[in-house]
Amino acid sequence: MNSRIFHIASNTFREAVRDRVLYNLIAFALLLSGAAVFVGQISLEIEKLVVINLGLTAVSLFGVVIAIFIGIGLVSKEIEKRTLYTVLSRPVRRWEFIVGKFFGLAGTLVVNTFFMAIGVFAALFYVSHRFIRADALIFVALYFAVLEFIILCALALLFSSFSSPLLSAVFAFSLFVIGSFAEDLRSFAGMAHGFTRWLATGAAYLVPNFSAFNIVSSIAHEQPVAPQLILHNTLYAFFYAAMALSGAVLIFENRNLK
Amino acid sequence: MPAIEILGLEKSYKVGFWIKRPRRALHPLHLTVEDGEVFGFLGPNGAGKTTTLKLLMGLVFPSSGSARILGRQWTDPEVKAQIGFLPEQPYFYDHLTAHELLNYYAQLSGVSAKDRSRRVESTLQRVGLKDVRGVQLRKFSKGMLQRVGIAQAILHDPKLVFFDEPMSGLDPVGRREVRDLMEQLKHEGKTVFFSTHILSDAEALCDRVAIINKGELRGIGAIDDLTSSVQGKVEVIWHGAQVPVSMKALGAECHITGETVRAIIGEAQQDAAIDALRREHLRLIAITPVRTSLEAYFVEKLQHAESKARTAV
Ligand SMILES: Nc1ncnc2c1ncn2[C@@H]1O[C@H](COP(=O)(O)OP(=O)(O)OP(=O)(O)O)[C@@H](O)[C@H]1O
Ligand SMILES: [Mg+2]
Repeated sequence: MNSRIFHIASNTFREAVRDRVLYNLIAFALLLSGAAVFVGQISLEIEKLVVINLGLTAVSLFGVVIAIFIGIGLVSKEIEKRTLYTVLSRPVRRWEFIVGKFFGLAGTLVVNTFFMAIGVFAALFYVSHRFIRADALIFVALYFAVLEFIILCALALLFSSFSSPLLSAVFAFSLFVIGSFAEDLRSFAGMAHGFTRWLATGAAYLVPNFSAFNIVSSIAHEQPVAPQLILHNTLYAFFYAAMALSGAVLIFENRNLK
Repeated sequence: MPAIEILGLEKSYKVGFWIKRPRRALHPLHLTVEDGEVFGFLGPNGAGKTTTLKLLMGLVFPSSGSARILGRQWTDPEVKAQIGFLPEQPYFYDHLTAHELLNYYAQLSGVSAKDRSRRVESTLQRVGLKDVRGVQLRKFSKGMLQRVGIAQAILHDPKLVFFDEPMSGLDPVGRREVRDLMEQLKHEGKTVFFSTHILSDAEALCDRVAIINKGELRGIGAIDDLTSSVQGKVEVIWHGAQVPVSMKALGAECHITGETVRAIIGEAQQDAAIDALRREHLRLIAITPVRTSLEAYFVEKLQHAESKARTAV
């Protein structure tokens, strides 16, 4: 990685840390330990499921919120506050700035997810006192969550490069919700006719396919995850994020600063 | 090789809420700044000074025209390593301390790791922020931020610096210090291009100035040429409470203030005036050539342009 991108990324990470983004981990820890203690008093079989389900959902939700709400401000806030003036008057290319910001936020989310992962495993150990082989699936689920965040970061950056922070948040969040039902949208498109079919198919393939990233049901049934799915999701996430980032760069390259 | 060549840079902004109309912020501007010069860019509020600087920094894109900086195309990223820029009312990452910010900017400017900490420290010293190097910028006052702005502009030892209103927000001591700093930069052989509407600063510092109003260049020249005693008048001041008749005969316009009298006369009458005072046994205090101040020049230029605009209507 070129050194300017690295410095921009680490400054972004430092900013997130100093703005107390990682404090969400406290809320996460409270939620999870509360749940573990609470369901621990019910039945032994479902408590593990509840902890895993709740843990993974919380990881995803916290991450999505951070990705969107920091992502939309990454560039627009710098334009608004004019902190960019003294950055872009240095030998920093505009694309390097965007890419650096993206890696900074992605890095923040990886670190955040890492700590949450520790929390999930700790809670799991608390309720079941041992790990079994199928628990390795949780790693896959967490990995998929990170991929999801990476896509959302890139999308938030893309939206914020041409619209207001509020609208960007709305767009990004809508895409997250629609993307979570992408498979349903695809099957709907298969049943529709004429123009609707054309439109639904387009939309179904354009929105990020987050349903493929959701493996909670596999975990519940302790079914293995196909290695192809891991490979496919990885490539998909990187391709999707790269496209969104390229769009953001294209727009930003030609933009007049305030 | 000139430090800056502005070749017809022009900028129109689209304004209007629903119906966007282009509005010229800068008419095609042609300007050359020589290497090693301190160049003042003067104009009233809204004249287009900041717009010009933002165009040169590549922060906004021109509607037409181009520029060369240090002999290269102005958009060339290589150029940026050799220039420094202080924006108007600068604002910085407020989660960083002054020291961290400068360190970050030194990294972005490609200052080698070996030189970095030495340069950061000496720059902090130079702008008088040594004592607050570890304070987060969100706790800085306006004048302190201005100093950080100046620090980040000279941090990487650029050949050419652009300052947008460098004195704004500073107290009298701070202004003095920034003046001295700009003089030092000149001695180091740097080129300084700065915008201001404070004429005394320009008068004290600049080799040449350009005057811009409503996006158009109104005048350009060496300070001495613009302000020299073109009118050929002198001011005579003497001790006394009345004007001798022989002075009046010279056509002097006199002002009596307390114990002194000031009179403005043509250069040619200077000797006659001294004789007249001597005859009356009045004590001469001073004779000084009347310079058109930059201020007067400025006002004249602007009024001239306005009246021309009015007659054109
Ligand atoms: N982003 C913008 N959109 C529309 N008009 C703009 C924009 N920026 C500047 N202008 C217009 O361009 C003109 C020149 O503005 P500029 O900021 O260059 O003036 P200035 O000489 O720096 O003034 P000041 O001394 O007040 O800083 C003004 O009429 C201003 O309204
Ligand atoms: Mg200005």
